[in-house]
Amino acid sequence: MTTMTAQTTQVYQVFIKASADEIWEAICKPEFTERYFYGARITNTAEGHLGLGPNDEVWGRSEVAEFDPPRRLVHGWRSLYDPELAAEDESRVTWEIEPQDGGICLLTVVHDRLEGAPKTASSVSGGWMMILSGLKTLLETGRPLVG
Amino acid sequence: MCPVDDGDLVFKALADPTRRHLLDRLFERDGRTLTELAEDLDMTRFGVMKHLRVLEEAGLVVSRRSGREKHHFLNPVPIRSIHDRWIDKYTEHRVSALSELKTQLEGRA
Repeated sequence: MTTMTAQTTQVYQVFIKASADEIWEAICKPEFTERYFYGARITNTAEGHLGLGPNDEVWGRSEVAEFDPPRRLVHGWRSLYDPELAAEDESRVTWEIEPQDGGICLLTVVHDRLEGAPKTASSVSGGWMMILSGLKTLLETGRPLVG
Repeated sequence: MCPVDDGDLVFKALADPTRRHLLDRLFERDGRTLTELAEDLDMTRFGVMKHLRVLEEAGLVVSRRSGREKHHFLNPVPIRSIHDRWIDKYTEHRVSALSELKTQLEGRA
């Protein structure tokens, strides 16, 4: 990880055997996110993005720029769980759900506008990989990853 | 083309040293164009393009257009998914072994 320079745009993709509605629910409702998103209880509505930790500490609070269920969600990102990261500029997260043949959807997450948040950029890069893989496991097997 | 759980495509893509090298280059600096990757690898554009296509089919590289340029991004999620599937199997086994032990011990008491 030492040689990796912070990226201003990061793109992640995963195919998930689930409907667009199921994926949308899993992204927007806290009872789902706490099972794959580092335990964060995240609520995404047209009004805003709110992420809470296990003791209701605020891990993320941003505006929602686009809310188009079950296809597209765009919200701000500020890592409030870490003071050093929280001090950086707000970045942006875009979720895109594209249904494919055979009851499968392609989920794309783009985390960009990271120019003013280099520490956040290197901190979240491994995180998105874990989160999306965990989301896939949860939706395809009905179980979160153990441990 | 939907490589759902298609570990085959991922393993085939990773079986080639040039393609692993391409992934390493993207890990160092993500979002590079074909031209940038070809310069770095001392390889023809066509050669790099061919390898990138295999990586894209396996879901290990995602390309996005931005204006006239096409940028390539390293997508580590399929590798993580293979890992998760296996770890999950081992964890499941350990959990069931523990619960069996518990049942046995409690049954004896």
